[in-house]
Amino acid sequence: MAKLTLKVNGASRQVETDDPDIPLLYVLRGDLGLTGTHFGCGLAQCGACTVMVDGRAVRSCIAPARSVVGRDVVTIEGLGSPERPDPVQAAFIAEQAAQCGYCTAGMVMSARALLARRPRPTEQQVREALAGNLCRCGSHARVIRAVLRAAAAMPRGR
Amino acid sequence: MDARVSRRRFLATGGVLIVGLGLDAPGRAGAQSLPDADRFLGKPLAPDAVDSFLAVHRDGSVTAFVGKVDIGTGGRIAMRQLIGEELDIPLERIAMIEGDTALTPNQGATAGSYGIARGGVQLRRAAATARQALLGLAAQRLGRPVGDLQVADGVVRAADGSGSVAYGELIGDRAFNLKVDAAAPLKHPDRFRFIGRSLPRPDLPAKITGAHRHLHDLVLPGMLHARVIRPPAQGASLASVDEASIARIGSARVVRIQSFLAVVAEREWDAVRAARALRTRWSAGTGLPEHAKEFEAMRASAVVRDQEIARRGHLGALSAPPAGTRTLAAAYRWPMQSHGSIGPSCGVADVRADRVTVWSSSQNVHGFQGTCARLLGVERDRVRVIYMDGAGSYGPNGADDAAAEAALLSWAVGRPVRVQWSRQEEHGLDPKGPAQLLELRAAVDPDGEVTAWETQAWLPIATANLPNIPLLAPDAAGIPQTPGRSTGLIYQNVDPPYAMPNLHAVVHWLPDAPLRTSALRAPGKIANTFAVESFTDEIAALARVDPLEFRLRRLGNPRGIEALRRVAGRMGWPPRPSPRPLDPRAAVLTGRGLAYVHYKHEETIVAMGMEVAVERATGRIRVTRVVCAHDCGLMINPDCVQAQVEGNILQTLSRALHEEVAWDRDRVTTVDWASYPILTFPEVPRLEFELIQRLDQPPLGAGEAASTPVAAALGNAVFDATGVRLRTVPFRAARVKAALGGVRQ
Repeated sequence: MAKLTLKVNGASRQVETDDPDIPLLYVLRGDLGLTGTHFGCGLAQCGACTVMVDGRAVRSCIAPARSVVGRDVVTIEGLGSPERPDPVQAAFIAEQAAQCGYCTAGMVMSARALLARRPRPTEQQVREALAGNLCRCGSHARVIRAVLRAAAAMPRGR
Repeated sequence: MDARVSRRRFLATGGVLIVGLGLDAPGRAGAQSLPDADRFLGKPLAPDAVDSFLAVHRDGSVTAFVGKVDIGTGGRIAMRQLIGEELDIPLERIAMIEGDTALTPNQGATAGSYGIARGGVQLRRAAATARQALLGLAAQRLGRPVGDLQVADGVVRAADGSGSVAYGELIGDRAFNLKVDAAAPLKHPDRFRFIGRSLPRPDLPAKITGAHRHLHDLVLPGMLHARVIRPPAQGASLASVDEASIARIGSARVVRIQSFLAVVAEREWDAVRAARALRTRWSAGTGLPEHAKEFEAMRASAVVRDQEIARRGHLGALSAPPAGTRTLAAAYRWPMQSHGSIGPSCGVADVRADRVTVWSSSQNVHGFQGTCARLLGVERDRVRVIYMDGAGSYGPNGADDAAAEAALLSWAVGRPVRVQWSRQEEHGLDPKGPAQLLELRAAVDPDGEVTAWETQAWLPIATANLPNIPLLAPDAAGIPQTPGRSTGLIYQNVDPPYAMPNLHAVVHWLPDAPLRTSALRAPGKIANTFAVESFTDEIAALARVDPLEFRLRRLGNPRGIEALRRVAGRMGWPPRPSPRPLDPRAAVLTGRGLAYVHYKHEETIVAMGMEVAVERATGRIRVTRVVCAHDCGLMINPDCVQAQVEGNILQTLSRALHEEVAWDRDRVTTVDWASYPILTFPEVPRLEFELIQRLDQPPLGAGEAASTPVAAALGNAVFDATGVRLRTVPFRAARVKAALGGVRQ
């Protein structure tokens, strides 16, 4: 058993594993109870499992947990809550930008990472940033509007 | 017979059962819809009783019990709007329990766009009946005739201000003991407070912040994680398992029932690893037919029977065309497609000696209750199936399979089990939307009149009275189940909605299909409308008539005419025949097309216009604009309707542009998002809507209809732009490029 110390949503969390290759997704969901991050493909093809590592969007289904030791991991739960959503989440709610909601967390995280590096994206940049996030219900148009709304609402420099 | 007895039955079948785990871990799980839902156990469930649908509590709050589930469609707010309207109570006072066989009436599967149109209407009537009963009780209490009473926010008041009484005081947790009165007066649209408003969905804040618990996120005390090991070839049976191959993976164990093979583990990653590491040997498969020859095989197949869908007049103009009459023939092909859920199917089950509880995202929890009972050999009333949100399924995907597998494994190991399918399982094994082949012929006289129309469709036949879609686990485990095929009502809309004196539409029912099938959103009607509305365009082009005018001339339904006119108005439709004159130097060709549908010829009306740009060098189609007029009668929540229409359009664009299931002689080969691509964000067109609200009409359903004209509108726009008619889906760039090269330069 190896011990990994991860920083997740601002808190230090210790987990034990006998497999050095365990993907971050299974640690988040299974060990830390952070089930808002979803399994979609295990192949980094769909984006449902996206989290932020040091501010960048990462596919947690293929990223080994050990690769994020000492780095800052943020999951969907780390942004906000139903009562206090962060600006991106608030914009998704305002635009009613989800149907089944299974892929939504990944899109919020991809959007959050985009806005961190590009606070005022164009619509085309939003579309490209989300190109690796698949949605089957067809909420795309609302998601694009939500990300642009969030960009307009967020204070500069965040 | 309880589960324990039936376990003996399993052992007696000669299957090997390996169990290396403790029995009966503690912990009892309740319903998921509400934390305290189990306090209602024992309540009425008959679908004709008010108490089956509604409970009014002492504090004036209401609990609604709804058999139709919200699969991301907005039912969770729309149902509340219907109840709140008829009872005149604030929506935040309404709690809802959905899809729980122990608590909700059986309103049938959530399918066919009937969630609101049937399920919601039942619920509204129950609420209206309850309102009348409450008014009667209030009249007694207040000593006033019902006509002198008013209701606001769950309080009944005498109009003269002489007294008031709250619902809670009148009925507070007691039963109504009333049948739902189909004639109970419904609130007049002039007084609607909630119906017709785009109120936000209550589930979205939690879904968007990660606080919502989907089925996939359910954890029960003592629960094991399972992965099912699939044969490398369809129909292969398991020869041997090398258990030692997973010995190093701590908590993982093998469970085998004949050829049903799984690994279970305390931790999910252990189950994933074990499933990958487990060494197995299988027999050869039973073999699949050649994918490349699928449509030829359909055309050449023996036919079970022919079914006439429409016949009027005669087809003499086709068999012996008069001088000057031109005839036209075309074949349209739609491939097998997957439901493509973003979350692979999941199921959780807790099988005890005396009861079975299954948590599932099935669109048919009441149906699955029976399926599960038959699988385990227990009485139906011992099985409770509880709906939890899954990833969108758009028809029966692998949810019922995963739930059955979880039940079988929980029964075998004596602990709650969660089965999670992989991406490869979901793409490879979900029951598919069947392939469709349609051949159309028409005769057009010198005046441009259509003097004969014929549709022939080759479609796989569904099995009558099939108790459930045949599942994978029973076949593998050697448990009998009724064989057969499920498809949905795939024969509808094979005939055009236009006035034509001589029309013949027939379905040639085929005995089989290469893969397991089930209903996939708007079953059959997307491909049928693709054929009918593309062919309508072909006739209009032959007659050199504007495609809009061609349709308007032949349409009797005033609501259909309005929808088409609103699309044309919004688009700025340029009246001219298709195709447009081609600019020989243009690298990108642009055009516009439209299509029309009256869903099932009696439900929602949709007119759709589309603008496209086609890259000549690559064949890539870019959809730049979609305009959709949609008349589904009464819209309870227009924004939820619009979300459904958006989803129908984008999902079907994806199906039309990209999607085709392929297989080799052993198994499906399109088993991930690289080999089975779907629409991505950069491809999403501008979407515009003309949603037609009809407050005085019944609701007709919004879950499917707008998907049906998409492929035809797209193909018609490509034809307008390029002069090339696309008749085989998907319209991938290579196919379009080849078509462009073959016809015009």
